[in-house]
Amino acid sequence: MNMKTIIDTEGLGKRYGNSWALRECTLEIPAGHVAALVGPNGAGKTTLLNLAVGLAEPSAGSVSVLGGHPAGSPAALDGIAFVAQDTPMYKNLSVAEMLHLTRNLNRFFDQHQAKARLADLGIPLKRKAGKLSGGQQAQLALTLALARRPRMLVLDEPVAMLDPIARHDFMATVLTATAEDGVSVLLSSHVLAELERVADYLILMSRGRVQVVGEVDDLLASHRVLTGPAAEADRYTERPVVHVSRAEAQAHLLVRATADDPVPPGWEAHPVGLEELALGYLREPVAVSVPGPARGRHAEPSEVSR
Amino acid sequence: MTALTLPARPEQDAALRPLPWRRMAWVTWRQHRMTLAGVVVVLGGLAVYLWRTGLGIHQAWAFIVTCHPANSSTCGYAAGIFNTRYVPTEVTAGLLLTLTPALLGAFVGAPILAREMETGTFRYAWTQGFGRWRWTLGKLVPLAVVVAAAAGALSVLSWWFFAPFFAENFGTPLAPALFDLRGVVYAAWTLVAVAIGALAGMLIRRVVPAMAATLAAYLGLALLPGLWLRQYYLPAVHTTSNNLPGFAWILNQWYTKGGKFAFAGVQKSGTNAAIEQHWCPNAPPSETLGQCLSHHGYTQWTSYQPVTRFWPFQWIEVGWLVVLSALLIAATVWLVRRRAA
Repeated sequence: MNMKTIIDTEGLGKRYGNSWALRECTLEIPAGHVAALVGPNGAGKTTLLNLAVGLAEPSAGSVSVLGGHPAGSPAALDGIAFVAQDTPMYKNLSVAEMLHLTRNLNRFFDQHQAKARLADLGIPLKRKAGKLSGGQQAQLALTLALARRPRMLVLDEPVAMLDPIARHDFMATVLTATAEDGVSVLLSSHVLAELERVADYLILMSRGRVQVVGEVDDLLASHRVLTGPAAEADRYTERPVVHVSRAEAQAHLLVRATADDPVPPGWEAHPVGLEELALGYLREPVAVSVPGPARGRHAEPSEVSR
Repeated sequence: MTALTLPARPEQDAALRPLPWRRMAWVTWRQHRMTLAGVVVVLGGLAVYLWRTGLGIHQAWAFIVTCHPANSSTCGYAAGIFNTRYVPTEVTAGLLLTLTPALLGAFVGAPILAREMETGTFRYAWTQGFGRWRWTLGKLVPLAVVVAAAAGALSVLSWWFFAPFFAENFGTPLAPALFDLRGVVYAAWTLVAVAIGALAGMLIRRVVPAMAATLAAYLGLALLPGLWLRQYYLPAVHTTSNNLPGFAWILNQWYTKGGKFAFAGVQKSGTNAAIEQHWCPNAPPSETLGQCLSHHGYTQWTSYQPVTRFWPFQWIEVGWLVVLSALLIAATVWLVRRRAA
């Protein structure tokens, strides 16, 4: 596989009526990651995914996938498996028939792998898709998607409706598949807790705009949480501050700083977790951390504002 | 990237050949076989009704035709019975046959896309490798053609069913309510109904409202040709003769005097009595209205379509209905291609 990126967007925008669900989105998601698209409801996550899989047409800009194929083109459809929100299924078809259906509609389908996976999951082939539990439906949808042996797997809110166990099992299947098949994954979620374990690339969105993009390791290494007296929080100017949270006399500052940056006296620095980082940005929708115009040349984000 | 431990899928290149259409055949069959079974049940039920009542009609008719002497009271009685008993049956059958394409459009055509939109399964279907416009075409065309063919088979039976009613001077086969129930146009009307249903489903995206819209749109369209369009398929024949060929479809009658239009005929001017009072007020009782009018220098004109044009009219109507169906299906596919999710 010689594709370097799974999604390239250039000034991508989507308008529904008078409101923009997504605007000025310029992105380059490298291949070989589990990329998490995170943001509150209405941030434009589903819109971006629909554009990427060709279900929606851009109102502005362009989107290409799998290293340059237009979204929705035959090559793009062939190489991308999409599991939509709430995993829509033909409820009156049996599991075996859903397999057969998907096999008929695609160039490649690994029937053997799909059946083995369903057997492992204890999902009976004869059962109607509509009679499966929510977790089983999600697993079936994922199995169908993976059996196509896609180059990119796109999952829209795959675990939102699942209970914790089903959620865990689902993500485990995704991770196994990425390890075994080397498939790139793009998944959207507003459930942050699950992502820490699976995602190694983060795209944070809010209000129709991309807020933060980068590899999780880079993002974590370039952010720290400073804890210190609340009264002094406003005086901290050494490094750009993303978000300030105050609790009684203490303040927690999410700042753009590495472990090498000096910590002012009276302050304590901690490494930041993915959830904490995401929450910090999501609470400050104007704060932006995306690679600048010279994308890819340097990892240093262009701008952080408060 | 991690090394592949499973056999790698064949690497695709730039020249991806589309998946063969026959792949869609199984998909369409599997997803719509219950619907098609319903079509068979409904059309089969209608066929049984036509067959059973038709046998009675044909027997009664055979008796009347062979009844001798024809002017005997027995024969007159048989003819009277035939009229009172079977003409209502004919009307009922005509009504059922008129509604059938509308129902097929609503129950077969409308849900094809509306159900996908309503349940969200289009997100699955349209992101598979087959491609969504080919998926749409692969469903609509076979379903529409198969259902139209089934309706066509029924129309063969209805041809036989209605035969006695056209043997005697019951009416012209070109008459608006009957022309489209027999011959090849019946299948074409069914084709249009399914195509209307598919488009309505794609536009409305909800099954039940799409079905209602299909019924309304189809019945509205089906009324039009008989009232305003069919009579112009070929230029009408104008004649001053009173002896029109049998089963002619009379469109209009009017009177001229000295080569100029004088007044309209019965169809527009009301009853014969009204015409007589106005244009022939002092006619002697020995004269018929026609004789009186001709004494006064009026010539009666009739425009009509001869029954020999039945088949040309059938094919003309089939032609534009097939073109309309193709346009409706093309519009549906176009909507599917450009629809923003």
